Amino acid sequence: MSELGMQSMTWPSNGLSEVPFRLYTDPAQYQLEQEQIFKGPTWNYLCLAAEIANPGDYVATTIGEAEVIVARDTSGSINGFVNRCVHRGNLLCYERRGNVKEISCIYHGWTYDLAGHLTGVAFEHGVKRQGGMPPEFRKNEHNLARLKVAELAGLVFGSFCAVAPELEDYLGPEVTGGIRRVLNRPAHILGRSTQVLPNNWKLYFENVKDNYHASILPLFLTTFRINRLSQPGGITIGASGGNAFSQAKMDYAAEDADYKEAALRADSEFRLQDNSIIESVDEYGDSVSVQILTVFPAMVLQQIRNTIAVRVIRPRGLERSELDWIHLGFDDDDEAMTERRLRQGNLVGAAGFISLEDGCVGGFVQRALRYDDAGSGVVMMGGHDAESQPFRATEAAIRGFWKQYRALMGG
Amino acid sequence: MPHADPVMDDRTTDSGAIRPGIDELIAAYADCIDDDRLEEWPDFFTDQCRYLVISRADHAAGLRHGVIYAVSRGMLTDRVMALRKANIFEPHRYRHIIGPTRITRVDGGVAEVRSNFLAARIMHDGGTQLFATGRYLDRVGIAGRPYRFIERIVVLDSHKIDTLLVIPL
Repeated sequence: MSELGMQSMTWPSNGLSEVPFRLYTDPAQYQLEQEQIFKGPTWNYLCLAAEIANPGDYVATTIGEAEVIVARDTSGSINGFVNRCVHRGNLLCYERRGNVKEISCIYHGWTYDLAGHLTGVAFEHGVKRQGGMPPEFRKNEHNLARLKVAELAGLVFGSFCAVAPELEDYLGPEVTGGIRRVLNRPAHILGRSTQVLPNNWKLYFENVKDNYHASILPLFLTTFRINRLSQPGGITIGASGGNAFSQAKMDYAAEDADYKEAALRADSEFRLQDNSIIESVDEYGDSVSVQILTVFPAMVLQQIRNTIAVRVIRPRGLERSELDWIHLGFDDDDEAMTERRLRQGNLVGAAGFISLEDGCVGGFVQRALRYDDAGSGVVMMGGHDAESQPFRATEAAIRGFWKQYRALMGG
Repeated sequence: MPHADPVMDDRTTDSGAIRPGIDELIAAYADCIDDDRLEEWPDFFTDQCRYLVISRADHAAGLRHGVIYAVSRGMLTDRVMALRKANIFEPHRYRHIIGPTRITRVDGGVAEVRSNFLAARIMHDGGTQLFATGRYLDRVGIAGRPYRFIERIVVLDSHKIDTLLVIPL
C-alpha cells in the first residue's frame, strides 16, 4: 500500500511492458483514477441514442463512480450533466431511466430543464416576503455542471472534461471506423445484465484487450472441436494507445461445410448436440467473425459472429467492478436473425461459454495480489511497443492501455 | 376473490390430480442440481423445450435475450458437457429453497405453474451467500409420466449476477 497522499506510482521503467502490481491494490491510485481518468479528458459510454429517442427521455448512469444524467430536451438535443443538485448535493434522478418534463429535486423542490439549467427554486422569494434567497442570487449562475456529449453510430458518449478532444479525434480514424463497421444500421436492445466482478476494473479491461489469453483460457471452442478455420487476424491500436480493436476472420462457408461433414461422423462425444449456438452468417460481408473493440477507459463493443454487445466496466471500489452487458440486435433483423443472435448469446455474458471464465480470473489475480503486491507483471508478448500488429499472439493492446493510462496519470 | 394471474380453467383437468406429479418434478429438479447430478438435468425437459434465465426487468419489458437461452434438450446437454469438460471456475454448489407451487392453468396436456426460489451458493472454501432469488414460470407436460418441463423460465429478481453463472438454476 502506498503512503498517504497522491504521489504517483513508481514504474520500473519508461517502457510499457512492466506493470506494477500495486496499481490494482492501492486505494490512493484508485481515487486518482476517478479524477484523472474518468473525470479527465476521456470519453465514456452513456447510453444508446435509441434509449432516449423522445424529448424528456433520460438515462441516469455513471462515469466511473460519478453519477450523471443524459437526457433529450424539447429541441431534440442530447444533454449530459451531473446527477447532483446544486443546492445540497442530492441525487436528482434515482431511477435509472424515465421520461420527465423537467428534472426536479425531491429534497427541496429545485427544478432544472432538460439541459440542466436551474429553472425553479422553491420559495425563492420567501413566504409572505419573509425569508427567501438574497437579492444577489441568480438562478443562471447555478446550473448543473454539464458534460461534453457526442453521438457516434447510435452510441452516446460523455466527458467530464471541457477540453477533451472531439470524440472522433479521441478515438482516431481506425477505431471510429471499427465502431461504424459494427453499428452500421439502427440497433435496439435485446437484453441486458450485469456481472459483478470481484476485482479492480483495470483487470477486466486488460483482459478484454488480452489477445494472448483469448486463445488459451476459453476451452470451449477447442474442447468441442469447433474448427475456427481462422485466417490471419490482427490488432489495430489508435495513436493514444487505449482505443483499439482486434479482428479475426473466418471462412463461414467452410465452417458450414465442416458442420455438415461432422454430422456424418461418429465421434460425437465432444461434439455439440445442438450446433445452433454457433451457426453464423457473415452479416457484414467481410469474413470478420470476431471484432473486439475497446474505448478507453471502460467501454467494449463486441462482435462475436452474430452477437453484438456493448459492455461497460464500472469501477465500484478498489476490488469490485460491475460489468454491464447490453446485447443488441438491428431493426432490420428478421426473425431468423434475431433467433440466431439469441442462441449465440449463450457464448457471452455471465453464463457465456467463452466468457464466463473472465468473470473469475480477475478475482483470482486480485486475490493473489491483495497482500503480495510487490514487483511488476510482464506484458512482453509481441514486443515492447503499443503498435498495430498483423497477428494476435501479442499483448500490444494491453501495452496500449498502459500508454494512455500513464499519459493521464503520470508516473 | 380477485385474480391477478391466469386462473384455473375448470373445464379441464382438476389440479388436485396433477399436483403430486408437479411437486415431484419441481423438487426432483432442485435435488438433481443441488446434488451435482447435472448429467440428469436435461432429462427433466421434453426434447423440444425452452429454458431461459432472464432478469425480471427484461422479462417484464418483453425482451427475449437470456443470460442462458436454450431451445432444445441438446442445448442443455451441451451446457452440462461444457461445465464438466471445458469451463474453468471455482467449485461450488447451490442449495435451492423453493416455495409452494401455484398451478395457474391447466389446458389439455399442459399445466402452467409457478414457484418462488432462493438459491444459496456454497463455495468450495465454505463461503456461502445468497446467489439468486426469483420465480420459476413453468409449462409442464402432463400427458405422460413422469411429467417434464416444456418450458422453464427462470425469472431472476435482480439483473446482477455475482462473478458467473455456470451451474443451472
